[in-house]
Amino acid sequence: MSADPRELKEKMLQIYPKKLRQKRSEQIVINEHREDGSVPEIKANVRSSPGIITQRGCTYAGCKGVVIGPSRDILSLVHGPIGCSFYAWLTRRNQTRPGSPEAQNFINYCLSTDMQEENIVFGGEKKLKEAVREAFHLFHPKAIAIFSTCPVGLIGDDVHAVAREMKAELGINIFGFSCEGYRGVSQSAGHHIANNGLFKHIIGNNETEHTEKFKVNLLGEYNIGGDGFVLEDILSRCGVKQISTFSGNSTYDGMANSHTADLNLVMCHRSINYVAEMMEKRFGIPWMKVNFIGATASAKSLRRIGEYFEDEALKARIEEVIAEEMAKVEVVRELVRSRCQGKTAMLFVGGSRAHHYQQLFSEIGMKTVVAGYEFGHRDDYEGRKVLPGLKIDADSKNIEEVDVVPDPERYRPRRTPEQMARLEAMTELEFQDYVGMMPEMDSDTMIIDDISHHETERILEAYRPDIFCAGIKEKFGVQKMGIPCKQLHSYDYGGPYAGFAGAINFFKDIDRLVNMKIWRYADPPWQPSAAQPEEVAAD
Amino acid sequence: MGRRSIAIYGKGGIGKSTTTQNTVAALAEAGKKIMVVGCDPKADSTRLLLGGLAQKTVLDTLRDEGGDEVDLNEILRPGYGQVMCTESGGPEPGVGCAGRGIITSINLLEQLGAYENELDYVFYDVLGDVVCGGFAMPMREGKAQEIYIVCSGEMMAMYAANNISKGIVKFAQAGGVRLGGIICNSRKVDNELEMISEFARQLGTQMIHFVPRDNDVQRAEINRKTVIEWRPDCAQADEYRALARAIDQNRRFVIPTPLGMDDLEKLLIDFGLVDGVAPGTEVVA
Repeated sequence: MSADPRELKEKMLQIYPKKLRQKRSEQIVINEHREDGSVPEIKANVRSSPGIITQRGCTYAGCKGVVIGPSRDILSLVHGPIGCSFYAWLTRRNQTRPGSPEAQNFINYCLSTDMQEENIVFGGEKKLKEAVREAFHLFHPKAIAIFSTCPVGLIGDDVHAVAREMKAELGINIFGFSCEGYRGVSQSAGHHIANNGLFKHIIGNNETEHTEKFKVNLLGEYNIGGDGFVLEDILSRCGVKQISTFSGNSTYDGMANSHTADLNLVMCHRSINYVAEMMEKRFGIPWMKVNFIGATASAKSLRRIGEYFEDEALKARIEEVIAEEMAKVEVVRELVRSRCQGKTAMLFVGGSRAHHYQQLFSEIGMKTVVAGYEFGHRDDYEGRKVLPGLKIDADSKNIEEVDVVPDPERYRPRRTPEQMARLEAMTELEFQDYVGMMPEMDSDTMIIDDISHHETERILEAYRPDIFCAGIKEKFGVQKMGIPCKQLHSYDYGGPYAGFAGAINFFKDIDRLVNMKIWRYADPPWQPSAAQPEEVAAD
Repeated sequence: MGRRSIAIYGKGGIGKSTTTQNTVAALAEAGKKIMVVGCDPKADSTRLLLGGLAQKTVLDTLRDEGGDEVDLNEILRPGYGQVMCTESGGPEPGVGCAGRGIITSINLLEQLGAYENELDYVFYDVLGDVVCGGFAMPMREGKAQEIYIVCSGEMMAMYAANNISKGIVKFAQAGGVRLGGIICNSRKVDNELEMISEFARQLGTQMIHFVPRDNDVQRAEINRKTVIEWRPDCAQADEYRALARAIDQNRRFVIPTPLGMDDLEKLLIDFGLVDGVAPGTEVVA
């Protein structure tokens, strides 16, 4: 089913009060590709409006849950009431694979100071110190990260001072995050705070040297459902050494050693671009945006790595891997495509996923008609070219911008300016760039930032898409309307979906969802539209 | 009228605790049954009534023994004239949340049945300004029905009194709290009596009593006593008795009308407080 997006937008906005209508009208955009190559401006990364039922999470969720949490041997200690800790406990299905049974792995633990009323009244620093000591003596981790929840900021506990004191006392790396839930407009603030902490407290602490020729880090890959394992396999088969991932299946030492890589590959631009930028400034490591979601996208990203290293043997190995993998993908893709061609999808997830997964859908002939981010910024929608003109509002000023200068000893530009210019001149090898979601979506598609529940229902009614992709909060509301909902935070119980093997999994799962006949029977018998024989109902 | 619950507010250092305890002593002397709840982390709101006895605060007890173990007798002690005294207590300066502490301790006192005794009066002596929701606790949920603000003719004291009035308006609309009057605790400022009378009038209330400055108050304090106890026949004791009588007989409870900043400044100018400016002249800011 199709709908006139402009008409729909007007209709959707009508019920809002005047001020909210104005605000939402700037956050809902009908895509178009203008002659100068630009796309329309969208309002993003602004406060959610009360009552709209937002998809968003909090700053603490972004810092602890998304960025730092997936690392297995940094002990994550939450300073706050137990609920905040419990609800950040393994909820994102980040997987990890310790090298041996003895290797440290804290990912399955839930550690919290369990603040009580008396800790609020008298301050919680003493309890936090006790918790750090207790955790140290129980687990002997290499590092402890302390996460602040809302009440910690309200009562003014100084987690950083506690971290410094405990670091001196216990002799391991201990650092705190002022990631109180209310700090930003969404979890995006938490990503930034986490990035700053990674950079200030971890990256550059381990000088182990590697002899491999092609060394990279994979940034913004969180190993949901095993995505990271698939990518590690592909990269190693190509002969590319992954120093560290940020932060799926990662270790403290790997992250601490990541400044020895020669290239940073950025998957989720929104959650990790700050680290990429800072590493470039301090250590001279260029970064480029990649996308390993979708088979053709994966192939393209691998080829870009080959181009960067300018090594014929590497390029040949990459082509071999691509050929081998693509053969397997094509068999499934053709079959699924025959059943999914022409169907439509909607994506409302993350700060990159709503963009990346469009690729997978397009590979099986499905078009994304409406999409949006929960916590993306304008550069995630329109591309980084809008960055110079971006207004920094009060909410963003609230978050520290780390002042980074080249490291006096360790700054080493990996490529000369001439080499970089030559590489950039080659098509499709931009550095420090992200094209954004909107330039890669069709004209007349609809883009909605921080979608509300009301808007969700209206677009579902108008378009009746074949699948809606979001998170657990939306899933059952959508399915009650007879439309399958795929979770793209946790992948429901599925995955991996990254790389070539992941694409095969995704195609199969989507095929199963959109072609399942159950959705035709979603009308309940007590509703008049349901064709229930009267006598049966009377029984 | 049955039991009256009164909260005393005012700028820090204005003499709230001294005024409250002396007034309470005068009421007790007149045979009233009273409980005083100190709502200040410093826990010095009942020192004069208890003869300086250091007592364990509600929150100290809660911290040491846990909520279920607290015995009311440990935290509620009789002082001068059988006035029941309790101190909320709180964290040391610069840590934790004193406001939350007051909410916690008042709730605990209620749970423990401190209010079930036969009482004519409950007095809440609340720290300084109403800096956060915790310090407004005595105004909320019908805990105190009457507020008295201790004030002097000094500008910042009046400014604070005006701010407190704004808080009263907020809680008066939601509940039953009313302003009973302004207690002028004199600092010997020029025209103080006239100015505070006018200030009270503009706030829609009354100056319930003008307490003159008298060194007997300090002398009694050094002896850890109220003047009522220390020297019952001195002139200052009579002043507190007069204040106590005025409060006891007071029937004028209002929702205040706080002043704008301009009106407050005008009041100070009109009463000739601004140095070098004659009364009635325009001041260009």
